[in-house]
Amino acid sequence: MSVTTTTVAPTKPWVKTPWQRLPSLSLVLLSLIASGIIIEMTPLKGKLGFFLVFVPILTISETILARVKADKKAAQDVLVSSFIWTATFLVFLPIASILVTAIVKGLPGLKPNIFAETMQIVSFTDPLNKGGLLHALVGTLYLILLSIAISVPLGILTALYLTEIRGPGSNFIQFIVQAMSGVPSVIAGLFIYSSLILATPLRSSSMLGAFALVILMVPTVTRTSQEVLLLIPNDLREAGLALGATQWKTVAMVVVPAARSGLLTAVILGVARIAGETAPLLFVLGGADGLNWNPFSGNNSALPFYIWKGFLIGLPEAIQRAWTGILILLIVVLILFATARYLGSKNRRKP
Amino acid sequence: MTHSQNNGSGDKEMETKTRPTPNSLASVASGRAQKQPGTAPLGSGLEARGVHAWFGSHLALRDISLDFSAGTVTALIGPSGCGKSTFIRTLNRMHEFIPTAAFAGQVLLDNKDIYEASVDVTKIRLQIGMVFQKPNPFPSMTIGENVLSGIKLAQLDVPKSERDDLVQDCLERAGLWNEVKDRLDAHGGSLSGGQQQRLCIARALAVKPKVLLMDEPCSALDPGSTLRIEETINQLSSSMTIIIVTHNMQQAARVSDYTAFFLSDGGPGELIEVGPTSEIFTKPRDQRTENYVSGRFG
Amino acid sequence: MRLRRGHDAAMPALETLPEKRKITTKPRPSDVAFRGIVTTFGLINLLILTLIGSFLLFRGLEVLKNEGFGFLTNQKWDIVPDESGNQPKGMIGLGSMLSGTILISFVALSVALPISVLTALGLNFYAPLRVRSFLVTMIDLMAAFPSILFGMWGFFVLMPSAEYWAMLLHRYFGWIPIFDVPQPFFTRSPFIAGLVLAVMIIPIITSVSREVFSQAPLDRIQAAYALGANKWAMIRAVVLPFGANGVVGGAMLGLGRAFGETVAVFTVLNIVYQTNWDILFGAGGNVASHIVLRWGEAGEYEVKALLAAGFVLFLLTLFVNMIANSIVRATVKKGR
Repeated sequence: MSVTTTTVAPTKPWVKTPWQRLPSLSLVLLSLIASGIIIEMTPLKGKLGFFLVFVPILTISETILARVKADKKAAQDVLVSSFIWTATFLVFLPIASILVTAIVKGLPGLKPNIFAETMQIVSFTDPLNKGGLLHALVGTLYLILLSIAISVPLGILTALYLTEIRGPGSNFIQFIVQAMSGVPSVIAGLFIYSSLILATPLRSSSMLGAFALVILMVPTVTRTSQEVLLLIPNDLREAGLALGATQWKTVAMVVVPAARSGLLTAVILGVARIAGETAPLLFVLGGADGLNWNPFSGNNSALPFYIWKGFLIGLPEAIQRAWTGILILLIVVLILFATARYLGSKNRRKP
Repeated sequence: MTHSQNNGSGDKEMETKTRPTPNSLASVASGRAQKQPGTAPLGSGLEARGVHAWFGSHLALRDISLDFSAGTVTALIGPSGCGKSTFIRTLNRMHEFIPTAAFAGQVLLDNKDIYEASVDVTKIRLQIGMVFQKPNPFPSMTIGENVLSGIKLAQLDVPKSERDDLVQDCLERAGLWNEVKDRLDAHGGSLSGGQQQRLCIARALAVKPKVLLMDEPCSALDPGSTLRIEETINQLSSSMTIIIVTHNMQQAARVSDYTAFFLSDGGPGELIEVGPTSEIFTKPRDQRTENYVSGRFG
Repeated sequence: MRLRRGHDAAMPALETLPEKRKITTKPRPSDVAFRGIVTTFGLINLLILTLIGSFLLFRGLEVLKNEGFGFLTNQKWDIVPDESGNQPKGMIGLGSMLSGTILISFVALSVALPISVLTALGLNFYAPLRVRSFLVTMIDLMAAFPSILFGMWGFFVLMPSAEYWAMLLHRYFGWIPIFDVPQPFFTRSPFIAGLVLAVMIIPIITSVSREVFSQAPLDRIQAAYALGANKWAMIRAVVLPFGANGVVGGAMLGLGRAFGETVAVFTVLNIVYQTNWDILFGAGGNVASHIVLRWGEAGEYEVKALLAAGFVLFLLTLFVNMIANSIVRATVKKGR
């Protein structure tokens, strides 16, 4: 076969050329100008006012243009696209706003002393070069560690039950786990209070806080672990069994190691879920202002509780402390989230 | 009819040997009446000129030029993976849905390039219809609604009084009317595979296309349904141009006026030979065509 | 049983099938232990869920028995023991807080649902590939934000603007009863709480909708395009009918979340025990935030009452979530 060198270049004739985009772009420009004029002339003001005028003007004019240039169905298509753009913008505006707010409002309080001191001898309303959230950081750390210790075995073993054993109760257990994921966080706290604090000598502590958080964490860990385990191809399991391994050996030595990073992701996502929980802690943690190195007894603290206290006091310094606390909490959550994503994508890239 | 051929590895002299498969194909193929190009009032047909298709940087089709005369049935044959499906999707601009797709060349419908910037692609797809390999009626619509779905999607102006007639007409032409006329309100998914495919044909007919593309329409069906659909194709061919991709050479011989043979040697798919069906199956010009139709590969 | 090799190939011999053999394996002890342990852990979940319900019910039983069904409907919360130290009947109930829960959750859903569905369509069918994964990551990130962050943001950033919009709404649409206010007090209203909740549940509904839409069958999408549909026509004909159930499931998941939200509502809503259907007026509450508000100074009887309230909330969210999950599961299984 004669190989002729192709001098033809690939093109994409269906993609709109800049020239074709011109009418649309000029409409955007015209709408901006028109909106500006209308804003000047009417009592509508501010960014909201501009938005409320600009979006309808642009939408209507683009729809009319499509109707004129093409036909009714093209006009509908353009109208729906406008709605979709607007909706997407409305989703990402709060995300950006929240992130920016947390950073802008939290930064001023980010002083070195907050990592070294507690609120034991300092009041929330004292100037910010005094006091700190060390106790809250330690408390959150305790909560995370204790929660992991309990939810990881519980969550992963439950996931193993659902994927590997698939016993007769599987559907039911699946249902139960899903029901648990809908339990409001405040209920988890109330439950621990009503069962342990009211009925036993146990009193507020990090341990009890962890118990409450476990209720919220296990469904997340279970669900994500399940997804990960289901992705492990059956060939692996069959290979293990064909080599004569028992089921538990296959699971322990073949399946779980293969799913290792996915299971780790599940745990991290679970931690991210509970790191910022406030409501359950209000009932079982005690909200201490000083360091309590004992996680098993005595009031303790956590970042969300610290933030909560600051907010409730309401005076400027207290609010500032709260914002700084939020910023730190947000950074913790972001790190967890990014780690989970990184592990997840590494997992997917494996053949 | 214009041919575009790459030079084969020598023009081997065709010997009149007895080859079981080509003979039976030949007898079928030559049994069909040769269509005169351009007799049906459908405009001047569809023409592909220098069509190249890429997926990303991988060239899938090289320099395909084919002329489909109005009112004819053309079969595209060739082994798996040689680009027939890719080619047929360039004809109704479905190829561009793949994100990495790229294209070069022209596809002319009535002498107008459908890839031109000013063209409304949705209107092109009304004139060049498609039936897929796996029947895909809309399950949320009734049988009647399925037939009219093209009208509804494109918001064509068909007065309500004419709609029932249109449904009946299309279902009759697709060979499905007698089986469903009493249950036009049943759901589209309640039919057998062959019936679903005929429903898809009726659906494609409702928007009155000039060209009907069929991508292996019978490969998922049983022989009885296949035969019925081939009858349908025969009847439809008087009023439109049909291009059918098929793996089944006997089907190509039964159904088509012209046959085009595609081949890919691991590289881009190319058009090896095209001609009247009887010739392709009895005295193909290219050795590779001969090898394929005699069953030596593919 | 052997096949009879017959000389008459025309009539093949009828063969009686052999009996099926019972295949059993004696399980190894290690496997028995493994299955036992894993099954036990699976059942622990059931145990936890049952315990939650049981303890709350147990603690709150006295109050529930005292008030009977009135616990759900009474519109007062006056913990006032009479001379003999008993709580007279009919003085406490969740009525106002239940209606508040429903009010703000539905405000949240009516704002969040259209935005979420449109965004999910946009992510699947309109966004270019590279942009899509970034946007999806951002939405998943928002789902991980702590609720107190939403609360603080809602109070300090959203509320000043929202107050302005509320006043606008009242000025131009105040003739609609729901937008009327008894006094011009627009801060910390159910409207604002609903908006904050909407922002919180948008990630959930968007994620579920996006998943469902991405499973819309490609062959039907292609069929629609091949018939000359443009993008919106295709979405209307294929994607929306396919995904409608899943979207409903996602909406109910969001609703369940909104029902139980505590901290964000507490910061943004002026929790007053009254039934307030005027969403622009700054008073209201939901069951969860009510519990938190009263907890600090609650005496023994009130604690029981609050635990009973917790039980009611537990049942409510359990119910909504069960329905939501079964809908979503049915959609996933359908996948036709």
